[in-house]
Amino acid sequence: MPTQILMPALSPTMEEGTLAKWLVKEGDEIRSGDVIAEIETDKATMEVEAVDEGTLARIFVNEGTENVAVNTPIAVIAADGEDVSAAAADGPAATPAAEPIHEAAEQVPSAPALSEVSTAPEIEASTAVDPEIPAGTEMVETTIREALRDAMAEEMRRDDEVFLMGEEVAEYQGAYKVSQGLLDEFGPRRVVDTPITEHGFAGIAVGAGFGGLKPIVEFMTFNFAMQAIDHILNSAAKTLYMSGGQMGCSIVFRGPNGAAARVAAQHSQDYATWYAQIPGLKVVQPYSAADAKGLLKSAIRDPNPVVFLENEILYGKTFEIPKLDDWSVPIGKAKVARSGTDVTIVSFGIGMTYALGAAEALNSEGISAEVVDLRTIRPMDLATVIESVQKTNRCVTVEEGWPVCSIGSEIAAQLMTHAFDHLDAPVMRVAGKDVPMPYAANLEKLALPNVDEVLQAAKAALYV
Amino acid sequence: MTFKTGCEITCHKFLNEDGSVVGILPEFARDAREMVPLYRAMLLTRSFDEKAVALQRTGRLGTYASSLGQEAVGVGVAAAMRADDVLLPSFREQSAMLWRGVGMTELLLYWGGDERGSDFTDARHDFPICVPVATHLPHAVGAAFALHRAKSDAVAVAIAGDGATSKGDFYEAINAAGLWRLPAVFVINNNQWAISVPRAKQTAAETLAQKAIAAGIEGIQVDGNDVIAVRHVVSQALKRARRGEGASLIEAVTYRLSDHTTADDASRYRDDEDVSQHWKSEPMRRLKAYLQANANWGQDEDEALKSEIVKLVDDAAQSYLETPPPPPQSMFEHLFAELPAVLEQQRAMIVARAERHA
Repeated sequence: MPTQILMPALSPTMEEGTLAKWLVKEGDEIRSGDVIAEIETDKATMEVEAVDEGTLARIFVNEGTENVAVNTPIAVIAADGEDVSAAAADGPAATPAAEPIHEAAEQVPSAPALSEVSTAPEIEASTAVDPEIPAGTEMVETTIREALRDAMAEEMRRDDEVFLMGEEVAEYQGAYKVSQGLLDEFGPRRVVDTPITEHGFAGIAVGAGFGGLKPIVEFMTFNFAMQAIDHILNSAAKTLYMSGGQMGCSIVFRGPNGAAARVAAQHSQDYATWYAQIPGLKVVQPYSAADAKGLLKSAIRDPNPVVFLENEILYGKTFEIPKLDDWSVPIGKAKVARSGTDVTIVSFGIGMTYALGAAEALNSEGISAEVVDLRTIRPMDLATVIESVQKTNRCVTVEEGWPVCSIGSEIAAQLMTHAFDHLDAPVMRVAGKDVPMPYAANLEKLALPNVDEVLQAAKAALYV
Repeated sequence: MTFKTGCEITCHKFLNEDGSVVGILPEFARDAREMVPLYRAMLLTRSFDEKAVALQRTGRLGTYASSLGQEAVGVGVAAAMRADDVLLPSFREQSAMLWRGVGMTELLLYWGGDERGSDFTDARHDFPICVPVATHLPHAVGAAFALHRAKSDAVAVAIAGDGATSKGDFYEAINAAGLWRLPAVFVINNNQWAISVPRAKQTAAETLAQKAIAAGIEGIQVDGNDVIAVRHVVSQALKRARRGEGASLIEAVTYRLSDHTTADDASRYRDDEDVSQHWKSEPMRRLKAYLQANANWGQDEDEALKSEIVKLVDDAAQSYLETPPPPPQSMFEHLFAELPAVLEQQRAMIVARAERHA
């Protein structure tokens, strides 16, 4: 039987790539181990080796093709003795693509039974217009990755004291390619590759901040920032206070936070709630590209230490960004991402994907959910949350981190204090399961929240 | 193939215990009268330490770390520095801080628990006291990075204890400073004790200075009880740093004649006889002997200086004791450059409560 060659994945989070070059042509004999093609992503170039032997019967995807999805058939090999022309006649659709390993971590919403809700009253979906964008502004499609890079580049152009420091940020352009192009534009004095020394470079950056520079520290992931947490908490967050106001630092600690896909317990940790507790820190976790860009610019300009939590899964997601000369989003301001009347869903970062997915599903069932994107975890914009709950009288919180002492716990406590009389149901928390992140794909999927859990929590709060 | 890395650490010394001179004195010390300010600074530190311990023992100061016997380290370092260099002190370097212009009242406020003491009137670009062990060493690299970026020839100078050389911060800092050839000087005040842990239980390395070799920076040992030698090696290190020749690690070998802090009782874990032996090599006596022999330093002058210093220290202590405690609302000051609105409510609550109890 002819063997299809599938577009390979370089990493568990790769979704697509460019088929840069074919090193063989149709009709060529192929031996196991032959390099047959080169695949490129924004992170790396990889050679594809043949596993099977035979004759390359047909190439489905021409070289130079961009955005080829992982596991798409790119060619077919006829084994020795097989009819090459028959194998070539098999189209790429003939063999279903294997289940990609990383899909286990993709949060595929469990679709509500739409047909069953046809009798429910239709509610017109109303998506709130972000009030900070002037009407008529041109919107540009941008990935989170590009938005973060653009924010850093704009602020580095604006202020010579801003510089980027971290592992692989310069020559390699960032482990997740967030700093693409920055070394070329700003040079090695302002885009600084460090040794593998998280504690060291966090402390060095804090010292540079005390010395008047404005460092952006990139942690390859916030899991590695655990080595550096003493400098984030004790040095960065407290020195202004402990020096009676003499010495503070304008510094941003940024990098991907929380689970990516299939990187196991030590590399999947969500630190939002850890940093959120520390006086002297500001903590931001954006969801959309516009917020990522606007908040990162604000974070870089902020005279205080800011922990800026990103998400690896979201880096490649595309959103619309307003085309404005100096787009910034204020720290400490939540956003009503979707207006509604029946239940408030509060989330932030990647949790917003579940929150918005559930709101859409609820809408199909005639339930109008309002979704609040916190954007900033500390200082938290509780007014926006309370205002929403005063309208809906019900609240569900959503986050990927653990439930104990979570952001949801804080919101629940604050609503008890400030909106007790407005609550018609207990505040429901949707969070990651209270276990270290399992490595197994099926267990990882179960450990993370999903749309259905949010949906069920909202229904529980609505007693339906 | 076998590589053999040579390790040669030179220990510098000019003054013997009896004040006699070894070798040829550096140029700054050729006129012995020029050494009187160093003597004065060491005397001031010793007198200040005595007062601080007395205040603590009478319940008027928090836990305090005396620098008894180690005054030459901080004075030697600070005397070698320029005003625009940056000092990053650990918690036992009052001698260096006083030389740099930090006030005695400010230091007492700090040790009395008032953060306003770290908002120095002078030496404003110097870093506040670092109590966590060694965490200021990466900061020094950052400060040096900032100076280098600003194309200044000023240098960041950090002082840490011998125990600090066992910490990751120390290794990460000297590694980066070496890698980037930054203008930093790391001074190790090796007083032989990390609370109750003797130097011998800290590392198998024969010297602390040799730890510089792995980082690719200069490593020097100096008699930390010889203020002329300390000032000399630090001056040399500063010159190298200013010329773009990178960082240095200086191990100043001295001895902690006092307890670790006022919360410690060293007699529980070390031999009194051992301490007595070290009194013979303490730094004040040898410098005084040197001044007597070479600078016509007389007993009258010495007494006059002591009286002047005692008065200065008493005045500073009085000023400290008369400073009202920080007002309740100051608890929220300097938390952020601007207080977020959500904290204003907490501040108002604290102020209202304080007024009710007033």
